[in-house]
Amino acid sequence: MIAELRKNRYLVLRRISQVGIMLLFIAGNLLGWKVLTGNLSSSRVMNLVPLTDPFAVLQVFASRHLVSAEALAGAALVLLFFGVLAGRAFCSWVCPLNLVTDLAGWLRKKTGLEQDGGQPGISRNARYWAIGVSFLVSLVTGIAAFEWISPISMLHRGLIFGMGMGWALVLAVFLFDLLLVKQGFCGHLCPLGGFYSLATRFSLVRVNHCKEKCTLCMKCLEICPERQVLPMVGSLSSSVSSGECTNCGRCIEVCMSDAMKFGIRSYSRDQDPKIA
Amino acid sequence: MKMTRRELLKTAAAVAAATAVGMSVPEELQAAAKHTEAGWKWDKSVCRFCGTGCGLMVATKNDRIVAVKGDPAAPVNMGLNCIKGYFNAKIIYGADRLTEPLMRVNDKGEFDKKANFRPVTWEKAFGEMAKQFKKYYKELGPAGVAIFGSGQYTIMEGYAAVKLMKGGFRSNNIDPNARHCMASAVAAFMQTFGIDEPAGNYDDMHHSDTIVLWGANMAEMHPVLWSKITDSKLSKPARVKVVNLSTYTNRCSTLADIEIIIKPNTDLAIQNYILREIVYNRPEAIDKEFVEKNCIFATGWVDIGYGLRPKIDHAKYRKAELDTASKESFKIITKDEATAMSSLGIKAGDKMEMKHAATADAHWAISFDDFKKGLEPYTLDFVAQLAKGDSDESLEDFKKKLVMLADLYAEKGRKVVSFWTMGFNQHVRGTWVNEQIYAIHLLLGKQSQPGNGAFSLTGQPSACGTAREVGTFSHRLPADMLVANPKHRKTTEEIWKLPDGTLNPVPGSHYMKIMRDLEDGKIKWVWVQVNNPWQNSANANHWITAARDMDNFIVVAEAYPGISAKVADLILPAAMIFEKWGAYGNAERRTQHWRQQVTPLGKSMSDTWQMVEFSKKFKLGEVWKDWKLDDKTTLPDVLAKAKEMGYKETDTLFDVLFSNREAKAYKWPDPVGAGFINSEAAGDKRNVEGFKGYGFFLQKYLWEEYRKFGLGHGHDLADFDTYHKVRGLRWPVVDGKETLWRFNAEYDPYAKKANHGKFAFYGGFGKEISKGDLMGPKGDEKVKLPNKAKIFLRHYIDPAEIPDADYPFWLCTGRVLEHWHSGTMTMRVPELYRAVPEALCFMNPKDVKKHGLRDGELVWVESRRGKVKARIETRGRNSTPQGLIFVPWFDEHVFINKVTLDATCPISKETDFKKCAVKIYRA
Amino acid sequence: MESGADGEKMPERRKFLLSMAKSLGAATVGGLTWTGYLEGKKAYSSILRPPGAVAEEDFLARCTKCGICVEACPYQALILASPGDERPVGTPYFQMRENPCRMCRDIPCTAACPTGALDRTLVSDPDGQGVMRLNINKTQIGLAVIDRETCIAYWGIQCDVCYRACPVLDKALTVEYVRNERTGRHAMLAPVIHSSHCTGCGMCERACVTKKAAVFILPRAMAMGESSNRYIKGWDRADEERMNEAPEETETATPRSEKSPMDYLNKGGL
Repeated sequence: MIAELRKNRYLVLRRISQVGIMLLFIAGNLLGWKVLTGNLSSSRVMNLVPLTDPFAVLQVFASRHLVSAEALAGAALVLLFFGVLAGRAFCSWVCPLNLVTDLAGWLRKKTGLEQDGGQPGISRNARYWAIGVSFLVSLVTGIAAFEWISPISMLHRGLIFGMGMGWALVLAVFLFDLLLVKQGFCGHLCPLGGFYSLATRFSLVRVNHCKEKCTLCMKCLEICPERQVLPMVGSLSSSVSSGECTNCGRCIEVCMSDAMKFGIRSYSRDQDPKIA
Repeated sequence: MKMTRRELLKTAAAVAAATAVGMSVPEELQAAAKHTEAGWKWDKSVCRFCGTGCGLMVATKNDRIVAVKGDPAAPVNMGLNCIKGYFNAKIIYGADRLTEPLMRVNDKGEFDKKANFRPVTWEKAFGEMAKQFKKYYKELGPAGVAIFGSGQYTIMEGYAAVKLMKGGFRSNNIDPNARHCMASAVAAFMQTFGIDEPAGNYDDMHHSDTIVLWGANMAEMHPVLWSKITDSKLSKPARVKVVNLSTYTNRCSTLADIEIIIKPNTDLAIQNYILREIVYNRPEAIDKEFVEKNCIFATGWVDIGYGLRPKIDHAKYRKAELDTASKESFKIITKDEATAMSSLGIKAGDKMEMKHAATADAHWAISFDDFKKGLEPYTLDFVAQLAKGDSDESLEDFKKKLVMLADLYAEKGRKVVSFWTMGFNQHVRGTWVNEQIYAIHLLLGKQSQPGNGAFSLTGQPSACGTAREVGTFSHRLPADMLVANPKHRKTTEEIWKLPDGTLNPVPGSHYMKIMRDLEDGKIKWVWVQVNNPWQNSANANHWITAARDMDNFIVVAEAYPGISAKVADLILPAAMIFEKWGAYGNAERRTQHWRQQVTPLGKSMSDTWQMVEFSKKFKLGEVWKDWKLDDKTTLPDVLAKAKEMGYKETDTLFDVLFSNREAKAYKWPDPVGAGFINSEAAGDKRNVEGFKGYGFFLQKYLWEEYRKFGLGHGHDLADFDTYHKVRGLRWPVVDGKETLWRFNAEYDPYAKKANHGKFAFYGGFGKEISKGDLMGPKGDEKVKLPNKAKIFLRHYIDPAEIPDADYPFWLCTGRVLEHWHSGTMTMRVPELYRAVPEALCFMNPKDVKKHGLRDGELVWVESRRGKVKARIETRGRNSTPQGLIFVPWFDEHVFINKVTLDATCPISKETDFKKCAVKIYRA
Repeated sequence: MESGADGEKMPERRKFLLSMAKSLGAATVGGLTWTGYLEGKKAYSSILRPPGAVAEEDFLARCTKCGICVEACPYQALILASPGDERPVGTPYFQMRENPCRMCRDIPCTAACPTGALDRTLVSDPDGQGVMRLNINKTQIGLAVIDRETCIAYWGIQCDVCYRACPVLDKALTVEYVRNERTGRHAMLAPVIHSSHCTGCGMCERACVTKKAAVFILPRAMAMGESSNRYIKGWDRADEERMNEAPEETETATPRSEKSPMDYLNKGGL
């Protein structure tokens, strides 16, 4: 049991983080706790520190509107945290929809749907298009476009304030991931994920690969939700350099030879990264 | 039959005219009223709520009330209603209506005071009730049992209750919630005129040029009457003036020309200022001829206490209460009190011993010069600084208003009506403020004429008709008669066919005293009817503990579960208004009858039926034996005399009081009830525990017997059948005609008969009094004053409790338009509940800020007696001056009577719910 | 489109262009659908926003749907629209009949808004020292409208429940005294709304005792007409203020004035 937990330590920690943040928000609404109020779009920590979704703020700008200084400061804080430090960790450590898509991915594997092959071709770059379209639609309609249809907000808000028909969209994402495209939403379509991918291009916390320890078992590539970020496996000792890596840590957990480690980004290639 | 609006107007006017002269309503109109909607049967009835007495038409279908409408033929409301009246059709169908007897029984099915309620049969309920009654009756005698009666009793119900209690059980411990409502008005009517109830009628509102409200929020409490006053103001906007005196701004101020915000209790000082102004500065305003012919001057003791427990260190008082409690024994005279009572040689700092608390009603005749001397200190300067209630108003502005008020009263040819309700009546000097308003009107000769008079309004639908006229008070018998008066007892015994000496001569415990007696273990069996004593009585924590933790048995007849039902041991499901035959008497002496419209719900039965059934449990031998009341009085054994009258010892009270030969002569069916049910006379489709009816017209019997009391005594009522033809009649009804202005020979046959000129205040009570001066009665000489009214001199004194550093706020309680009394009915009407779901604590925004509170915040309102949580409201219908809060009492979740003080007017014994001291802090 | 390796150069470039074109097409289709959907959603105009809400168009742009205002409401009166509410999802609104605005003097909802969608300055007044202080009476959530046909006070019933429920009574809601000509003995106390003071808090709508409320709140834009600022009430000095908003130039055009004078005069027969 302990060994099992240890083995999946990052998964466990991620779930604790995702659920914990969720619960703090819910308590904020139901019980009036002040630890976290609002939701992922905008929130306050201890009724003091503002946090705002930077992508949402950019959309507001795109819609030709200004936001308050507080919202701007909140967005800057979030951007700073993920962009400089944590990388695209929002997607795997905070986003509640990740629980849904991970479940879809797990079921997909269990039920053999994965072997079905024949996926409709959607590029992983579609999310970058989606960002562009978000801004364009925001410009045209005058409202922050993605915020109106985001299944992430739908789910998150729904859990805090009441779901309404919001479950339908969440179910749609689940089925899309389960039946149509592997990692379909998070890995291909989500403009917020795309935004964080771009914004965290240079963040410090990274998965470092050590070629020397690698046994080429390829389990890391098998489990990685964004496998394109691991081109160096077995061939090069380096940090994951793509912003698309969500720092979920699954590759580290499955690696039996200790070839993957969280650490500070190393800019030199083919050199043993400093293990943090 | 369809009527156009025009036809309806004509008919309504015709009916109004017809009833005004005492004619019966034309046959066509009745028919019109009955068959306008297919499948619906319409019949006339009365609104269940306030003392206004609006006529209703009630529609039934398949034994359910399906609709009501204002009765266009009813002269009071002419088809209109207020918002409570609008919902009469819904009040009996609350989801939690009590439909079967409930008793606290243990697993073995035996009564157990500590057990939970479970359904029982009527048979078992009455069995236990009688068993408990007999136990305590034997132990404590007639003084050990009591009934909390009501101003919402039907007249016949109240009459049956008095007859059973006073005639059957020989106990005078029956007192109505009307004690909380207009006992002060009663006491002042009796002391001033010698007979109860207003001289005028609602037409005064149209005849008058001046409407002065003294503590009557008519805009909310008597909305249909308020619409009459508003109409009067609209019809002559320049001439008609409306003045609103109150301790806070209420909705009457919107219409009023002058709003006078006063400090609690200072109304008496203002009255004395007006009297002084007339006597000293405008003697020409006095109607000398009227006063000389019709009035004498009188005064009484000032050291009469506050109606609290005589024992100021009573063991049940909590420590915090002792300070206020001591006022019953003595008080230190303040500067203002010293000024007010300077004519009595009273000085600031003196200790006033309350020597006359027990003889508070004693009074004697004085000279006009004494009267004048007594008024001398009530100058404008003194009264204005004493009475100004709003610290944000300048003294000069306030003085101007007082002068304008005096001007309006004194102006020759200006007709004035003064109205009041709880602001006067619920007052530690309630009787006095009532008397002083008469003093003003009498002195000016502005009384008992169209548009001129002092008019006490009532809160309950039959406060007048039942509580007062039937005499469900602890000291009364029907038609203003008194238990203490041997002649009155004899008259009553004759009508009731009781042996001479049956009736108990010692006045019983009044409402508050029944509560105190329960707490003292002197009363151990109580029956509550048509009211909610544990929510409506001040200082409620005491009485709740007494009911639940002491050795006693409490029966509550109720339609809905409320606080009183919760503290009861046995709950009897009561039929409601349209589920029984009945009659109410409104504030203008109008008696209105209705027929039973539907079968009561579940196993509920009328209060009358409950009393009549209970009477079957008692044999004469158990009640008419001798009873030692106290060291002085023993009730004689009257069984021997009873046998001479043909009764047997084994006869039950049922046989004697309710099912006697005379009763059985009122046959059922009767033409007046053709097509209608009568659950008492003939049972009903439910066949409750096999009850098939008494076989005679019980309600008609009770009515016809009751009306014997008033005939020829100024209380004449018409016969039963007449009331089913008309839209009510204002008594005295002499030769089929109602009386519009009493004591006025032009309108009142009794005044005419007195042959005393234009006016005759012919009431018979208190018409022989001592002579004296300001200091007291002198000598044994008595003055007889037939046909005269008294003009009293009464002095200002501080109330029992005033705000101080620890309890800095005045608390005033009251009502809201949307809810009736303790909310048992209106809180079950979804629309009314939604409109006002909770009682709020109205507070001045400056006070809120000063105490660091916020609007809408929950606060504790705490007095020396208890505390409740309420939400602060600084906006809306009431705005209070700084230092005063207002909390209505309808909401049992804001149980404000845990906080209020049970001080009463020492004469009327009516509780002052309008003033005590509280503190407020965040909850 | 997974990027794949291909040896041939020309087809690679063509492939790239083709894939770009395809993506662009997909994005256009998606974007248009998306735009259409949003335009439909934001058209919901009868929504009642919290105190201090900026104009609906701006509000929809600025509100990040965080729900902090909803959490700040001490009476749980604000609702965050969820899908199926037929309102812009995630934005706050009132349902007055169920739970109206209590007009808190400290306006916690407005004060809490992190984005300025609820703008404190719209519900503030300068105090004596020129410091802006919150003043809830300035809020304009909507405007109460009375249906006189179903309002029982207009039947003559002594109701006025709305009047007594009004936190700004005698200003926002007054009772007009009208003689009841039918009885000749009573007056009607008819409620009248005044838009200059009505905050649209909805206390009247909740309190109304008719089956469906006879007084209800509509957004002000829906509830109010607008009179021409080319006519000023001669009997009301304050009405002259409306002149400030009027443009100086006036040109009127009707079908009759379509043609230029020359065209009219010179062309066509009589």
